[in-house]
Amino acid sequence: MLEVSLRHRFEGFALDVHFRAPPGVTVLFGRSGSGKTSIVNAVAGLLMPDTGRIAAGDWLLLDTERGLRLAPHRRRLGYVFQEGRLFAHLTVRQNLAYGGWFAPKGAQREDFGRVVEMLGIGPLLERRPGALSGGEKQRVAIGRALLSAPRLILADEPLAALDEDRKAEILPYFERLRDTVNIPILYVSHSASEVARLATTVIAIEAGRVVAQGPAQQVLGDPAVLPVGAREAGAVLKARIARHHNDGLTELDAMGVSLFLPRLPQPPGSEVRVRIAAHDVILSRARPEGLSALNILPGVVVEVRQGEGPGALVSLDTVAGRVLARVTQRSALALGLAPGVGVHAVVKSVSVAPSDIGGGRPGGG
Amino acid sequence: MDWLGPDEWRAVALSLQVSFWATLFSLPLGILVAYALARWSFPGKQLLNGLVHLPLILPPVVTGYLLLLTFGRRGVVGQVLDQWFGLVLAFRWTGAALAAAIMAFPLMVRAIRLSIEAVDPKLEQAGATLGASPLWVFLTITLPMALPGIIAGAILAFAKAMGEFGATITFVSNIPGQTRTIPSAIYAFLQAPGGEGPAMKLVLISVGVAMAALLMSEYVGRRVAARVGGR
Repeated sequence: MLEVSLRHRFEGFALDVHFRAPPGVTVLFGRSGSGKTSIVNAVAGLLMPDTGRIAAGDWLLLDTERGLRLAPHRRRLGYVFQEGRLFAHLTVRQNLAYGGWFAPKGAQREDFGRVVEMLGIGPLLERRPGALSGGEKQRVAIGRALLSAPRLILADEPLAALDEDRKAEILPYFERLRDTVNIPILYVSHSASEVARLATTVIAIEAGRVVAQGPAQQVLGDPAVLPVGAREAGAVLKARIARHHNDGLTELDAMGVSLFLPRLPQPPGSEVRVRIAAHDVILSRARPEGLSALNILPGVVVEVRQGEGPGALVSLDTVAGRVLARVTQRSALALGLAPGVGVHAVVKSVSVAPSDIGGGRPGGG
Repeated sequence: MDWLGPDEWRAVALSLQVSFWATLFSLPLGILVAYALARWSFPGKQLLNGLVHLPLILPPVVTGYLLLLTFGRRGVVGQVLDQWFGLVLAFRWTGAALAAAIMAFPLMVRAIRLSIEAVDPKLEQAGATLGASPLWVFLTITLPMALPGIIAGAILAFAKAMGEFGATITFVSNIPGQTRTIPSAIYAFLQAPGGEGPAMKLVLISVGVAMAALLMSEYVGRRVAARVGGR
């Protein structure tokens, strides 16, 4: 359990956050400039806040009341930076070993060979960082953090500097880290799809304050949490792969409702998380007939939230879980959308982007 | 080699000796001062910066005279060194090394400071998060990454020390075999009739050493930079 409580004044900006992070991946979610990176830097000791208290389990990192401010090198954290920050004068092998040189003798460490294998960086060991691609650098950076025998892993938008293909390459490694390594992870992101895929817990940050915190499904399905603007809004559903069809579609079973997606690689029976972006959902009062869309979820309106401009965000309870829909205020009025009204959410099967689909945690989430 | 007389030889050997020790002893201090100027903020930083650069701007004679006042037998520091350690600098080759070191110091510090400033502090932060104390960060990250500049600074300082004249002759005079370095020897030869021949040979050696030093610093700098740059 990580407990963070911070206050710090920057010029023209104040940070004032309090949150607790249970084991697993805790994502600090918010738009850029909201203070996420400052929080992570404070946990790492790179930023000394005016006042605060940070504890990882029974390991006290900062307690300004007691005058305790542990120096960064005594905090035993593995920090994966956005830009990798590999040491250019060392080989990949030396970069990986660097943290281990300073870890206490008795510290519980990950096995070098196992980490190298998990990250697929065996062939790179004798190279120097200058000769690596962006994705390879980030894999090495993850390994370097992991091999320093950390009590907590910090990751500050580790995918932000990568293109879509590289993101898709790295994300599974974080999932594997979450599922196989027993070290809590504090992960900064402004990407709803990353959050949907990785987060056990979401802490939504806005203008230096926590606006919501809780389990991923709960926070992401809450329309109040739209730190990145309505375009990124979306809900996360858990589903199980029912069967693969011959026409290239995979049928998912989301609590008894069938969803059709382009063919997924996982075998039938696997659990997946599916993210449905709010702007990909159309609402209809009557059950739609003669529509090309395959995925139709009946539900009940929970809340209609008016945004800036002509849009409105509708959240509905369906059998499969909370779903968000983005409609115009005019449509919301025309359809008479209000809490308690029954509607049908139409999701085009092709609109569920592959990068938004991730393997679910076995027995978790 | 026959074309150099014993006096010329002694001047060349002495110059090499003086420059070598001047560079070796000022290098650690040069790295420390360069690091302090590049990374720390402290009261009196501008004063230190000015002090380091003073020999570059002052007439060398003035620097030499100040050295004589400070490190001469009657000087504040000179007295202490003489009485406590039996160390005399004035009119000795060690004094020539001190004069050369001080005159070359600004060049050395400038080169090293630039290379330390070029080391990304974010990498040093990364080292700290991986458990390296500030000293280890300096030794394993800052120093190796600044190595091209440190080597260039050392070679530049060596070449400057080889050519130092004004401060040296003021502080330690021009004693054959003791303080007569190449520039002092050239000066002495040119004062005497028929000295143009040996003087010209020493001039050629000076030019050769200076060129070799510059080329070497370029070469080593590029080699190390390529290594540090990871190519």
